[in-house]
Amino acid sequence: MKTVKVYGPGCKRCETTEAMVKEAAAKLGVAVEVEKVTDAKSIAMAGVMSTPGISVDGKLVHAGGLPDAGKLDGWLRA
Amino acid sequence: MTVETHDPAPHRGAPDWLWYVGVPAVGAVLYLLYGQLIPISEWVTALFPVARDSHTGEAIAFFVYDVPKVLLLLTGIVFVTGVLRSWFSPEKTRAILAGKNQIWGYPLASLLGVMTPFCSCSSVPLFIGFVSAGIPLGVTFSFLIAGPMVGPVGLGLLYGLVGWQIATIYLVFGFTIATVAGFVLGRMGLERYLQDWVRELNAGPVSDLPEERLTLVDRLKIGVEQVREIVGKVWIWVLVGIGIGAAIHGYLPEEMMLRIMGGEAWWSVPAAVVVGVPMYTNAAGVIPIVEALLGKGAALGTTLAFMMSVIALSLPEMIILKQVLKLRLIAIFLAVVSAGILATGFLFNFLL
Repeated sequence: MKTVKVYGPGCKRCETTEAMVKEAAAKLGVAVEVEKVTDAKSIAMAGVMSTPGISVDGKLVHAGGLPDAGKLDGWLRA
Repeated sequence: MTVETHDPAPHRGAPDWLWYVGVPAVGAVLYLLYGQLIPISEWVTALFPVARDSHTGEAIAFFVYDVPKVLLLLTGIVFVTGVLRSWFSPEKTRAILAGKNQIWGYPLASLLGVMTPFCSCSSVPLFIGFVSAGIPLGVTFSFLIAGPMVGPVGLGLLYGLVGWQIATIYLVFGFTIATVAGFVLGRMGLERYLQDWVRELNAGPVSDLPEERLTLVDRLKIGVEQVREIVGKVWIWVLVGIGIGAAIHGYLPEEMMLRIMGGEAWWSVPAAVVVGVPMYTNAAGVIPIVEALLGKGAALGTTLAFMMSVIALSLPEMIILKQVLKLRLIAIFLAVVSAGILATGFLFNFLL
């Protein structure tokens, strides 16, 4: 079970990112728990300056803009 | 489930050569179309059963000409900006600005504010990221003011709709206001007016993301993606702005404009700021209005003040910043930036 956090204050792109993560996980058959982090303080504490950001099992893998679908698969598989 | 070795970012969709051929081709077609807008718009206007020189005819002609013109310009500017900005990121900007306490940190921050891609929805994490990395508050403000104030969309549309002279004046003064306002705010020692939790926050760990290696095609894709996102979002503001511009152009009597926004009425500059701040639109929506105002003889200083306050200061932005700034600091911030805008407005009304 992987824990994926999506960092973002709730703009449209953050929601799209969350949907992309869930879709990719379902496609790959990887069990994930997706958590949305919307609180500005927590976002900043995670070292994310440009949203949306993504962390997998506590490790930040992406910040700023929608993730590339191919890379997303890579993060979830790793 | 098969486990593959994951190669970095496999390319899907169009092959690379198609991008190298397609982007210049589309650009050329749009450029040619742009050159034919006057005959096309006159032809469309003639389809309406109104006299060309009537109020309604003038308004329709303005609208029919400006809508494709602004949308074409917007597409071009957003694409080029998107590609250029792919070389910048908030993380890199932070690394450049951190520790720049010297005087030239301010103009540098203004410059980077224009070049760094960031959406206003992430201005809070960005603000915290900057301040916690030891970037002085004033430098951070220069960055945050310059971003929207001298954005490429506003400048490009000014250039296309009003002319290069006014676009240059706007660039120089917008940049100066961002730099000087940041400097003044920095000198005021306002750190105590940050929200308490921000001050207590110790430097958030710098995200150690590996730098992405982008190919030219990746950057072109970013440009196209930006066009889809931004033009898809602001077209409605563009139509509303051009509609208002068309109404001003067609119906507003010139002598009334001179009375309200002429150079003689000294109060018109502060009034323009007071009206401009709560107006929530973006550069693409306000420039057609500016075009119509100037065409009707509004004073340049008053119009500049109006445009700057609409674009650079917005209430929703202030409400977002309320999470990190105490009300007092927001008020000081508003006052300092407004003072710069007022000074610019008065200066131009006085000079011209």
